[in-house]
Amino acid sequence: MKCVTCRGPAIIDIRRHNSNFCAEHFIEQCHRQVRKAIDEFEMFSPTDKLLVAVSGGKDSLAIWDLLIDLGYNADGLYIGLGIGEYSDTSREYARAYAQTRNLTLIEVDIPSTFGFDIPNGSRAAKRVPCSACGLSKRHLFDEAAIEGGYDVLITGHNLDDEAAVLFGNTLHWHTEYLGRQLPVLPAREGFPKKVKPLVRLAERETAAYCIVKGIDYLVDECPMAAGNKHLSYKNALNEIEAMSPGAKHSFYFGFLDRAAAFFEVEASIDREGLGACASCGAPTTSEICAFCRLVDRAGGQLPQRTGVTAVSVDLGPTRSGSVQ
Amino acid sequence: MKVRLHNPRRDLEIEGPITIINLLAQLDLNREAVLVVRDGELVPGDESLSNSDSIEIRPVISGGAS
Repeated sequence: MKCVTCRGPAIIDIRRHNSNFCAEHFIEQCHRQVRKAIDEFEMFSPTDKLLVAVSGGKDSLAIWDLLIDLGYNADGLYIGLGIGEYSDTSREYARAYAQTRNLTLIEVDIPSTFGFDIPNGSRAAKRVPCSACGLSKRHLFDEAAIEGGYDVLITGHNLDDEAAVLFGNTLHWHTEYLGRQLPVLPAREGFPKKVKPLVRLAERETAAYCIVKGIDYLVDECPMAAGNKHLSYKNALNEIEAMSPGAKHSFYFGFLDRAAAFFEVEASIDREGLGACASCGAPTTSEICAFCRLVDRAGGQLPQRTGVTAVSVDLGPTRSGSVQ
Repeated sequence: MKVRLHNPRRDLEIEGPITIINLLAQLDLNREAVLVVRDGELVPGDESLSNSDSIEIRPVISGGAS
């Protein structure tokens, strides 16, 4: 296998691009794809203050690293979920990455701040763990981004994530969600602008990026996610991808180009009627927002207005560089 | 050769020589869902492994439904 750029020995094949790359040119390829996503979808500018949601896994550490490499100023935000050893280990990977690169990592710990953890809280609230986890993370991401004065919240959703969610939403015709499944969600009252710069990279590539760059990340899957539908959709799509390279890309980007606009109206209806949560002030269609209801049902403490105590771990200044 | 797998973590002994592509087929693993790592470096699919090799087959699929 030879690198498509330099004809030297390749370390990875990317079948949907019909290309092989050596380490150096693979990293260049990742930079190119992320830069293209940022530009094409007008995600942010070099002067924006960015906050990256960091889990300690490959995707979030890869996008944080890619943004720093490309010269952006980006802090990290880690949410402690209280999932036993899994959370302890993931926190260590997030901290280690930030520390070795002199980056700022903000930490919000759900058990010590809100008095519940995801495994027990989801059980008490009769919610699927991934649902309680996602709901909590979205709420705390939004709150930390707004309170910290960040222009944009960045998540590590990659092409596989987006294709799998699209697959699930299409399979069940969740049309109200289809209209929101975009790489950029603009800021609105109570919500920060949210972007997904990894949408042009598959998760095999984000994992490879971390290995080539020497970024240690948590390899093992979250014990709460085992057997969930999202993973089964990913497996199904990978079976199709193996037979038809490029299928995931065509599915997702074809949706963005040719179908997403048809669902805009339903998505906008879903956004109407938002008021402020009587407990925490977050936007909600109910009197009490879903996160505060979860905290209550999980036996935790309902937060006062802006109940998050974001602890900034002072690991030194954010590294800066030039935008390539 | 020694082969480490994840989820659940386990070690196998596989007879070489064998290419990565054939090894993954033998283990019924989808090439889109894994990477092969040897001494911290990626190993391309056409490379042949010998009995003295020790590799890790690392899954790349992750994530809950959030």
